[in-house]
Amino acid sequence: MTQASDSMAQGAATDRPVANAAAARRRGSFVERNRGPLLVTPALVTLFVMNIFPLMWSFGLSFYDYRLTRQDLPRFVGLDNYARMLADPSIWESLQTTALIVAGSVGLQMILGFFMAMLFQPIFPGRRILLMLVLAPMMLSYVAVGVFFKLFYNPNFGLISKLIEVFQGTPPNILGDPVGAVLGIIFADAWMWSPFVMLLVLAGLVSVPKYLYEASQIDRATPWRRFWTITFPYVRSLLLLALLFRTIETFKLFDTVYIITEGGPGTATKVIVQYLYRVSFQDFRTGESSAIAYVILFIVIVLTNLYLFMVKRREQEQ
Amino acid sequence: MAQRRAIGHAGWGRTIAAAIVAAIYFLPVLIIIMYAFQGRNDILSISARSLGDYLESIFSFTPTLSNFENVFFRANIIQAGEGAAQATETDFPLYFLNSVGIAGISVILALVIGTLAAYGFARFPLRGNDTYMFIILTTRMLPPIVVTIPIFIMFQVTGLAGEYPGIIALYTAFNLAFTVWMMKSFFEELSPDVEDAARMDGSSETRVFFKICLPQVKAGMAATAVFGLILTWNELFFALLLTSNETRTIPPAMVRTLGGEVGADYGLLAAIVTLFLVPVLVVTFVLQNQLLRGVTFGTIKK
Repeated sequence: MTQASDSMAQGAATDRPVANAAAARRRGSFVERNRGPLLVTPALVTLFVMNIFPLMWSFGLSFYDYRLTRQDLPRFVGLDNYARMLADPSIWESLQTTALIVAGSVGLQMILGFFMAMLFQPIFPGRRILLMLVLAPMMLSYVAVGVFFKLFYNPNFGLISKLIEVFQGTPPNILGDPVGAVLGIIFADAWMWSPFVMLLVLAGLVSVPKYLYEASQIDRATPWRRFWTITFPYVRSLLLLALLFRTIETFKLFDTVYIITEGGPGTATKVIVQYLYRVSFQDFRTGESSAIAYVILFIVIVLTNLYLFMVKRREQEQ
Repeated sequence: MAQRRAIGHAGWGRTIAAAIVAAIYFLPVLIIIMYAFQGRNDILSISARSLGDYLESIFSFTPTLSNFENVFFRANIIQAGEGAAQATETDFPLYFLNSVGIAGISVILALVIGTLAAYGFARFPLRGNDTYMFIILTTRMLPPIVVTIPIFIMFQVTGLAGEYPGIIALYTAFNLAFTVWMMKSFFEELSPDVEDAARMDGSSETRVFFKICLPQVKAGMAATAVFGLILTWNELFFALLLTSNETRTIPPAMVRTLGGEVGADYGLLAAIVTLFLVPVLVVTFVLQNQLLRGVTFGTIKK
């Protein structure tokens, strides 16, 4: 890469300065003509080797009857894996549970994260240290969050159970109740990840040029109007980026759920990745697990395209 | 708002509001840190009636460092010495250094490769630019379980399993998707007019990138690095699968505290979690200035 940028520098130095990149691409050296491809190649190669190639491999596996634990060679079965999976009612239940947790947790994360970012936007005494404390939850590992939230939900010596007891009188058995268990998962995940949304929004908020606020003060704009015309446009793209990444990540939520409830009570919190985990590492039906994964991918791609469509439309409006 | 303050500054009122929010957010973390200094009986003996008693019992205990001792030294019962216990060192320091090295290198690699790619995607769009961006995003969509088997086989065949380069390359790839997307959105916020003006003045492309674009996205780079670090630091699944005794990181070691004969060892886990939290907190604290400074020189938004 350094070589490329060196020759980039040389090429540009000998050439007449050009007003825009498009003109530079039409003439000049190889580097100048291929600046875009050269810049993105290292990233694409890394991703191809480490992610895309294994993904294609497992896509292939999804059409085979293949079990990791057996010596038999994979046997081509066409769409059998997909058919078997779609016929299993429990996968639909898992998908619904996952959708519920994603909607609840991501919604909560966005709201909490956004308001915390607004709270931490201006400079005030003690801001640095308080911000550190708020960011701490997302620095914990899933294992820690899982184990200790399970302890907090414990009816006998859990902090959160005690807090609820103050309001309702009796100690609740949060994880023994299907609704409580789902709420418990949502609460733990939203607590852990709303700082993420906050940090992303905050990064957008601090990039708002100050002169815009100064101008609005001269114009005597109301704070409400100032927020919608100046602040919000700057954070909108980062807010949507946070929504996108948190949705994708929460869809993959597994460790915390597995540790806190193991999918219980019954199957109340059995998320789709736990279903996948069972097929993959307990039943060792490798082919079928790949098929499930690709159905998950399909759902997430549909969601993501919806999101990208929204962003595109916004851009065209501007 | 009786008196007019400088723009972007708030007073002690804001500090109080932020402190309340921070206290609520940090309480669970604080309790975990407390657990790290408690003996097993202290943690599980709480059955106080009221919330007040309960909180009191969480925060009043005889502090002990035994959990931290257990992190670094494991008591071994020696057969010959009639049940005398002798402490042997654990591999915790090694795992800790592994975590630091593996997470640090992969985050930096992803930041370098990803920022260049993001700049390319934002300023020199390829044919099918959006498609590339989407494919990059796709790599983050699948649950990691899916690629386990292909990656495991790949790593076995190439001999990367259990070696540092293997896990570093994998984590770099995991961080890339996020890095590229995030940095691209920061580059797109910049005004191309400023860059074109610099080109008119005879700046080379390299100079435009390093002297004009990069300084403006510093805050974004800091934020991206923090996110990457947090995600990599706590990665468990592939660490379990692809590290050997020499390259093991801390998260797999945490899991080991859960499977004792008497159930989870909360104190030991809390001690590891506490020790493990310190480096990321320090890095975030150091990067905070960057994170919160933002774009200082006003660029013209299109």
